[in-house]
Formats: sequence, structure tokens, C-alpha cells
Amino acid sequence: MAQETATEKKVNPIVPFLRIPEKYPEEPAYFWGVKCACGAKFLGARTACGSCGATDKFEEVRYGGDGEIYVFSVVHQTVPGLEAPYVAAIIDLDDGVSVRANVYGLDPLKPNPEWFGKRVKMFTEKIRVDREGNDIIAAKFRIQS
Amino acid sequence: MRDVAVVGVNMLKFGRYPDKDVITLASEAALAALKDAGCSIKDIEIVVSGNLYQSNAMIGQRIMKEIGATGVPVINVANACATGSTAFREAYMSVASGAYDVALAIGCEQMGKMGLLGAEGANREYSTEGVMGTGLMPGVFGQAGVEHMRKYGTTQEQFAKIAVKNHEHGVLNPHAQYRKETPIEEVLNARVIAWPNTLYMCCPTGDGAAAAVLMSAEKARQFTSKPVFVAASVLTSDPYTSRNPAMFDINTLTKNAAREAYEKAGLGPEDLSMVELHDCFATAELLHYENLMLCGEGEAGKLIDDGETYNGGKIPVNVSGGLLSKGHPLGATGVANIVEIVWHLRGEAGDRQVKGAKAGLAHVIGLGSACTINILKK
Repeated sequence: MAQETATEKKVNPIVPFLRIPEKYPEEPAYFWGVKCACGAKFLGARTACGSCGATDKFEEVRYGGDGEIYVFSVVHQTVPGLEAPYVAAIIDLDDGVSVRANVYGLDPLKPNPEWFGKRVKMFTEKIRVDREGNDIIAAKFRIQS
Repeated sequence: MRDVAVVGVNMLKFGRYPDKDVITLASEAALAALKDAGCSIKDIEIVVSGNLYQSNAMIGQRIMKEIGATGVPVINVANACATGSTAFREAYMSVASGAYDVALAIGCEQMGKMGLLGAEGANREYSTEGVMGTGLMPGVFGQAGVEHMRKYGTTQEQFAKIAVKNHEHGVLNPHAQYRKETPIEEVLNARVIAWPNTLYMCCPTGDGAAAAVLMSAEKARQFTSKPVFVAASVLTSDPYTSRNPAMFDINTLTKNAAREAYEKAGLGPEDLSMVELHDCFATAELLHYENLMLCGEGEAGKLIDDGETYNGGKIPVNVSGGLLSKGHPLGATGVANIVEIVWHLRGEAGDRQVKGAKAGLAHVIGLGSACTINILKK
């Protein structure tokens, strides 16, 4: 008798605020979050607004992947198994939230104040497979040409 | 609230104690502080113990079993790097409120050579480290420094000067983990941990313990002729700012704490003889010059360029060597910088004594975030 087929492998986002559509990768993954009536914006879901405390004034929003480098560091010493150095930045998205990100397209050995404000664009890729065999997808940024 | 005095203090030299456990380290510091206060464990009415990595293990009660299980209330505190200073503040609140007359604050930590904080566990398959930026402390504080570069044109050399100063200060402190000067070329040429922080711009891990006995001003008169008073003891958390938590904000909560502390103490930064502040990374110290109003916004680079934060300068900062040189056993740190200031205010700080010290400020940040500021005066 044929063995029952293994459960279908899933494609999981590395963080809850990255949403992966069913038709990924034909349809791109995107950041989502909530926006409070007070104007505060958050990545992912919130129980209440961290700015004003309201619990019932949220609307869900989809954030675009364009933004700019606010600040950065270049991490040389890191956990075993990771490729280093890497440019670890805080990206201000045009849609009004900030996100931690690796940025590609810069020389990590030449950190430079000229990187401030550089335009970046989000892309996603599979970075690992989890112990159940599901793909793990992460969001990264590259310099916009 | 009534006046509170610090009557007894002591600390173990920070370093590595592979042959002792954390309870032994804490007990030694506690007994030394009791001796310094001229009292015994039987005089203590409440104990507050700060320890981070074993905070679920009833460290305070285990210390009491070692030095005298008198059955008094014992509180275990964890507040990231501000663990020890929060323990001190809870002890202060216990006495200031009038609930108790004598309190013992203890901070201890045994870290060994645990390496990068946060790296443990960051290997999990869904960890974002190195994939979506960094959450490791050298990078987080690197970014905080880079923000200052962006705003004010601060340079890596200026941050490096902080490390030069604090290592120079540490040479004179027998309680410091490292007592070795690091000239600026050495700091800048050391391997980069997370730019702009090189190896010598990052504090080490280590083991240590420190303790302080606090009493009501009235009670203190029975024990000492040299009481040091707590002029303000403030704790803040980080208020909402739009980039936090993607980017931790170490500035706003420190500014808030400073404003409140100066107001409560009735003192301004110009009245301080010394500051022990949270230089977990060289980048952090420079930012806190402005946060603590030791200079104006954007003037911190000039303050270190002019050497004004050296012992003998306008406002000596981290004459103990700071976290960079003295070390940073998390739970012990916040109590240890109280100890340092008390020694200076009593004129007992040996070769590194700040001349004529009358008032000192101790600042600690635990990322996530908690900020304590304690102002002590003669």
C-alpha cells in the first residue's frame, strides 16, 4: 500500500508582519500592519495603540517596499553560521513605519555617511528551511539604482 | 517621602570568578557593605536583590540563607542592564516611603565568558539576526551612535576617544576588570565588532557583585558621621517614539529621567562633581553627555575633544573606568556605580579621587528599555 503523502510544505514568513500571498512568488510578499486613528503606525497586529492607548481605532494597512536608509551599523562579529560583515540598517518606509533590515549593494567594508537617506527597495527570498521542511522567507533591501 | 542616606557600600573587583558561584560573590559584597555600615544582617528590615540571568532562581533568598536568614521581605528584581540600579531604587523607595528604616540592596551577576548578549538562541531557524538587520547589542548601539553622526557629523574618532578616556581612568581603579590603557590608534585599529564600535569600544562580560545599605536619615545618624544622601532616585521607561521598537530609543527616556532627577534633587548638571553613566559601548557615552545635559544638543563631540570629561576636567565622567574598563556584570553594575560615587563623596576613592566631590549622578540603561538616575550628595 502506498504510504500517505507527507503534509504539504508551507512557505512561512520569518516575521509575522511579512505577509506571503497564496500565489507567492508570482504575487509578491509585503509588509502589513495596523494604523491607529491617532496617526501611529505599526508593523503587524497590536492589542492596543502603543502611542495613544486606543483599542478600537485600528485599520489594517499594507505597506509598500520603498524607503530610505535612516541609520546603519556594519556587524562584523555575530552568531556562528552567519555570513559577516553585513549592513544592518533601520529603514524608514515611505508609508511611515520603520523596519530593521539588511541592505545589499553597499560595500560593508566602507561604511560611509553618504549612505544616509539612500533609496532602497524591499525584496524577499528564501533563507532557510525549518525543521518541518517549510521554506522560511525573509525581507531584505537593496539599493535602488 | 523622607530623606534617605547610603550608610554602607562595597563591591568585589569585577572580573572572572570561575571558582565561586554567584551567591558567594553576592554574599561577600553584602557582608562587606554591612561591615562598612557598622551594622549586621539583623538590622536589615528589607532586602532587594538584582540579578538578571538567574532572575527566576530566588537569588535574594539564597543570599540570605548564606548570610543570615532573618525572615525579612526579600524582593528579586530583573530590569535588563538596569537590574542593579532598579534594586537600589526599590530599596530607596522602601525607606523613603517610611515603610522600613534600613534596607539592603544587592546586585550580582556571573556571566563568565558568555560573549555577545542575545547571540544565544539567535541560531533558531526563525531568528532574524543577520537576515533582517541586527538585534545584537554592539550593532544596536552602533546604530544609536550613527544616528548622532547623521545629526551632528560626529566621527568614529570622537567615539573612540571615549574608550581611550575610560580605559585610562580604569588603570587607577583596583576594582576594574581591565586596567590597561588603549591609545587611540589601538582603539581604531582593533577589530570591528559592529561599526563604528571596535573591540575596545565594547564593554566586556564578567562576574561581580556590589551592595549598599540604605537608612532613613534619622537612623543613619546612629551609624555614621559621613552619610551620603540620595537626592533623587528616578526610573523611566521608553515613551512612544515612531521608530521604536525597530530602533531602540535610548535617548528620550534618559532625557526624561534626567529632567525629573534634577528637579527632584534641586540640582542642575552644573552642580555635579562627577557622573557614572552607562557606557556599555563608546557610542552610548557620547549620546548621554547630551541626554544628561552635561552639554548642549550636538555639543558632545566637542566635550570629549576638549577632554572635559576626564578626571580633572569640567565634568568627570566614568572615573571608575566605566563599563568599558571596569566591566559590566549586569545585575551588579547599577549598584557598583552607586558604590563608586559614595566612595568619592566620602573622599575614599584613592588614586582616582575626584577632588572636592560634593554631588554625583549615576545613570543606567537597560535596553528595552529602563533608565535609572540616582543623584547622591554629601
